[in-house]
Amino acid sequence: MSDDILFDLKGVSKKFTKGKDTITVFDGLDMSIARGDFLAIMGPSGSGKTTLLNMLGGVDQPTGGEIWFDGSRIDSLSENQLAAWRANNIGFIFQFYNLMPMLNAERNVELPLLLTKLSRSQRKKNIAAALELVSLSDRARHMPAEMSGGQQQRVAIARALVSDPKLMLCDEPTGDLDRETADEILTMLQLLNREYDKTIVMVTHDPEAAKYAKRTLHLDKGVFVEKDLAA
Amino acid sequence: MAGFFSQIWTVIVMNILSLPRRAWMSLAAVFAVAVVVAVLLAFLAMAKGFERTLAGTGSDNVAIVTRVGSQSELNSVLGRDTVNTMMTAPGIALDDNGDPIQSSELFVIVDGVKRSSQTQANIPMRGLFLDGFDLRENLTIIEGRPFESGRNEIVVGKGVQNQFEGFDVGAEIRFGKTSWEVVGVFSTGGSAFESELWADAPTVQSQFQRGSSFQTMRLKLANPGDVTPIKAFIDNDPTLNLDVQTEADYFASQGQALNGIAIFGWAISIVMGLGALAGALNTMYTSVAARAQETATLRAIGFSNTSAFAGTLAESMVLSIIGGIIGALAAWLFFDGFSASTLGATFTQVVFTFELTPELFANGILLALVIGFIGGFFPAWRSARVPVVTAFQGVE
Repeated sequence: MSDDILFDLKGVSKKFTKGKDTITVFDGLDMSIARGDFLAIMGPSGSGKTTLLNMLGGVDQPTGGEIWFDGSRIDSLSENQLAAWRANNIGFIFQFYNLMPMLNAERNVELPLLLTKLSRSQRKKNIAAALELVSLSDRARHMPAEMSGGQQQRVAIARALVSDPKLMLCDEPTGDLDRETADEILTMLQLLNREYDKTIVMVTHDPEAAKYAKRTLHLDKGVFVEKDLAA
Repeated sequence: MAGFFSQIWTVIVMNILSLPRRAWMSLAAVFAVAVVVAVLLAFLAMAKGFERTLAGTGSDNVAIVTRVGSQSELNSVLGRDTVNTMMTAPGIALDDNGDPIQSSELFVIVDGVKRSSQTQANIPMRGLFLDGFDLRENLTIIEGRPFESGRNEIVVGKGVQNQFEGFDVGAEIRFGKTSWEVVGVFSTGGSAFESELWADAPTVQSQFQRGSSFQTMRLKLANPGDVTPIKAFIDNDPTLNLDVQTEADYFASQGQALNGIAIFGWAISIVMGLGALAGALNTMYTSVAARAQETATLRAIGFSNTSAFAGTLAESMVLSIIGGIIGALAAWLFFDGFSASTLGATFTQVVFTFELTPELFANGILLALVIGFIGGFFPAWRSARVPVVTAFQGVE
């Protein structure tokens, strides 16, 4: 596998059993994601894009095939091994932000750092840096309920990047935001990709959002077509 | 490892901080546990108070003689001849004149009106000689004076005075056709004797048509705890159909019949505890469902399922401990030191004080912890199994 390849999916299949029926989402999917990529995955409901995101995030396991990440195979890891792998490598951004409502912004951002061996002072520095990156230093002590949707999503982005993961997985990150705020968030993701070399995979329904990505994959019934939007 | 504990601690703190979102349900669980613990401790405090009262009543220095087969003083009858014979038994301590130190006593039941319920209840009235006072440990006349021989005078136990109306010093009391004057109040340090009225034995025999018979003898033992010589004396005389045992053993056996209070207390608390357990399970399953997305999000971030398990279990335990402490405090506030009277083994009232000891308090907290642990374990198990994909499924 090339050093430039972060994710490599080889002949991945995914099947669900529903009663007596077997539903095949993917059957022999091959796919590579390069380091520094900003990939948008689009497709209609049921096309398999969320299933793909879940498998990339180690949240769901394939039925067959292999998933390699940074030279290591992850599809055979146990649940707790996958949790540790996610802690070290993945930053998630959810459509509904998924902040902990009882924790303020900096405590939310701190969560991934609690899984590291960083000292309290080092954690504080990292939290401050992450919040500054998303321009929310002045909101560090605010509770999620005291912030707008856009601000909450920026906190979520700070949480996703605070432990410096190799990959950021975004599930409809602007699906709950108005156009203007969505553009702010997407610009921020683009900045993280371009200036900080973060590899980003984003699932979206929104063609406008996909334009911020370097490339877009269209999934339909488990098969994707690549379009170069930059062209 | 530091990360392991910090993530568990974080989830525990988050769960506790999220309790206000489920305030009413959490309060219901706390209340249920509190009630169970309060009820348990009320029963145990009652049993403990009873036990302490009876345990404090008997002495190892005194033997009590009753007719064979008598379950209590009330059922026993001793004729004058028997009493005279027993005075010659070996093993009895002698006074300076070489006479045996003993007290022949009889026991009748009179009525009194309870202050708490204004209902009539039985009070034991003991006829004894003044020598009998010396056979009671810790006896003090706290008001007035002892009765005089040959007069219709009574001294009342402190417990009787507290629990029943009309026993103030100087008061005139009527039992049937007889009239008695209260001349004093005595204390025996909280023992069951305080639940009695004492009067001159011959006067009681006369006023209650008991002839010259007694019901029990109390003998001061030459060797504390050793009734063997007296027992041998009784066994060797076929005319004596008597039982002899130390007073401590006698009251201990009387108290055993009342152990049922503690057993009943545990039984009713366990039944109520099952109800509280159902409440705790319901609360915790609801909590797990309400926090499913948070749990899944933490798992997606990389938190282990152990932390989800520990957090839920801790929440349940915290709720139960709070309930347990509230229940124990309520029991302590309402029952500790509460003076009550109930039927003793002689169908007379025994006055005792509820006693909530640290050991009983610990029992209440232990019960709360058991409810919390079982009530939290299964929901915690479910919490640990919340699929991580739940994090991607939107808000509830």
